Amino acid sequence: MKLLQLLPIGNLDDELLSHLGPALANTFQFPCEVLPIRLDPEFAYHGERQQYHSSEILAAMQPYIAHDTWRVLGVTGVDLYIPILTFVFGEAQIGGPCGLVSAHRLRQEFYGLPRDTELLRQRLVKEAVHEIGHTLALTHCDDYQCAMAPSHAVEWIDLKDASLCEACHTRVFVG
Amino acid sequence: MSAKSRLLIVDDELSVRDSLGKWFGEEGYEVETAESASDAMTKLAQGKWHAALVDIKMHGTDGIELQRRMHEIDPDLVVIMMTGYASVETAVAALKNGAYDYITKPLDPDEISHLVKKALAHKQTEQENVRLRETVAEVARPEDIVGQSTVMNHVYDAIETVGPTDATVLITGESGTGKELVARAIHHASPRKFHPLVVIHCGAITESLLESELFGHEKGAFTGAQYRKKGKFEIAEGGTVFLDEIGDISLKTQTDLLRVLQEREIVRVGSNLPIKVDFRCIAATNKDLERMIEEGSFRPDLFYRLNVFRIELPPLRDRRDDIPILVSYFVQKFSQQMNKKIRRVSPGAMNLLQQQAWAGNVRELENAVERAMVVAQEPEIRESDFVFKVAVVPNGVPKSLEEIERAHILRTLESVKWNQTRAAEILEIDRVTLHHKLKKYGWSRPTVETR
Repeated sequence: MKLLQLLPIGNLDDELLSHLGPALANTFQFPCEVLPIRLDPEFAYHGERQQYHSSEILAAMQPYIAHDTWRVLGVTGVDLYIPILTFVFGEAQIGGPCGLVSAHRLRQEFYGLPRDTELLRQRLVKEAVHEIGHTLALTHCDDYQCAMAPSHAVEWIDLKDASLCEACHTRVFVG
Repeated sequence: MSAKSRLLIVDDELSVRDSLGKWFGEEGYEVETAESASDAMTKLAQGKWHAALVDIKMHGTDGIELQRRMHEIDPDLVVIMMTGYASVETAVAALKNGAYDYITKPLDPDEISHLVKKALAHKQTEQENVRLRETVAEVARPEDIVGQSTVMNHVYDAIETVGPTDATVLITGESGTGKELVARAIHHASPRKFHPLVVIHCGAITESLLESELFGHEKGAFTGAQYRKKGKFEIAEGGTVFLDEIGDISLKTQTDLLRVLQEREIVRVGSNLPIKVDFRCIAATNKDLERMIEEGSFRPDLFYRLNVFRIELPPLRDRRDDIPILVSYFVQKFSQQMNKKIRRVSPGAMNLLQQQAWAGNVRELENAVERAMVVAQEPEIRESDFVFKVAVVPNGVPKSLEEIERAHILRTLESVKWNQTRAAEILEIDRVTLHHKLKKYGWSRPTVETR
């Protein structure tokens, strides 16, 4: 049986990973494991922007694909960007094996609000499902409640569910 | 979100093309990238694009110039400019050239996603709006006024002149000359064309009812008035009121009408409350209003109010040249309505139609063609298909030299199957003369045939 593997990148609360694994396993019906290594993202750091280039991290994740890998999802606490955008919550290879998600801007503290661990967990699951959805060749969905709905701000993430809508689910698991 | 919208990203930086292309791909767009202005122009020529994201600062041709060239090829293309440093000058230059908007790098994901979506939705609404307006214009277009004679050309000129203004128009002419068609054409040529054209046949309504029709009434204003009803002037809000047969209204209603035209307000029957109304007035009559004024049956002040711009429609007998084209038009119209394949009008039938008096004008001609179409055998309408109460040319006793000439030329042409060279030889005239005669009588094979 192939595995959904979570790769910790940089500083990240292990508790978040331990919560994320079962949630994703339940959604995609693949056993999930946390890889016993931690990738240092310093090579992708941009001093001026004080952010990490997500595409470079994604490229550096390729060696971690093994014969029993279904998908590898990098999970990080650092702030991600692609050059043309101010930030990204995550990035994925469309129809490929790797995805990456950041918890940095999912934290209430980032917006000057009191910490809310439960909300952070929920947001991270939603964004992780979203990026894995992209690795399954799904594009954005018009159903605002679907995990594949576009969300470029946390308010939009909070509106959607952690699961795929029926149409996206069918596309991945049936057709 | 428009999942199939095609997006072209133009930037000379590979990383921007790659990352933005991928990002918009995830958003569900069909994305391609171009590394230079010439690359972009090639891609633009290859297919239809809905939007382009164009970097302002590029090697060679810059984004502003590229955007201008892109719009030369496709004016509907939504172009959003990307700039590394926002300056008022570049923004103004881009927008002046027709860019939809501009955005500064690095782009905020929420902002750019929203901007592209909004721009495409805006463009789609704009195009839908144009389509709807065209549809409305098509529906509202009056039946064509048919005729190429000099007198009708004067009428077309008058419609074109007065249409776009807000002037009151008085259309005069005998019954059946097409006064309502002209009123519809004026309305159609006016800025009010997207508002209603309300037609009131004044002669067909009794005086008491006409008052209620024009101005409306309140509940209980008279016996049977169970509900409040708006008058035609209110219904025409923003549009045109066409008062047909204006010469048939009573002096009392003339007084009320004059007040409406002067004050631009109405008072419903059974109410004291004046209501402002916005309309353009077109009136028509087959009566001689000047004579009615002399006789005291028409108010001169109302006449002057209505007679701001006058269009006089000629009777059909004064534009006989138009008969072949009118007949052809009606044959085509009724062929479609009756699902009959009548493709020709025999020269004999056309000759007969040109000799009628047509007291009922175009309407009478239309009715005559319609009746003949019922009995006509495909593919031709013949002389025998027309029934007129009084035969104009009873058994070869024509009244004038012109009529003898016309009949003789026609007989000769038919005997040689319309070979004009042969007909000219028999008639001992040259072909040019024969051609002039044919033109004079409005004959030519193509003009009497319909598709």
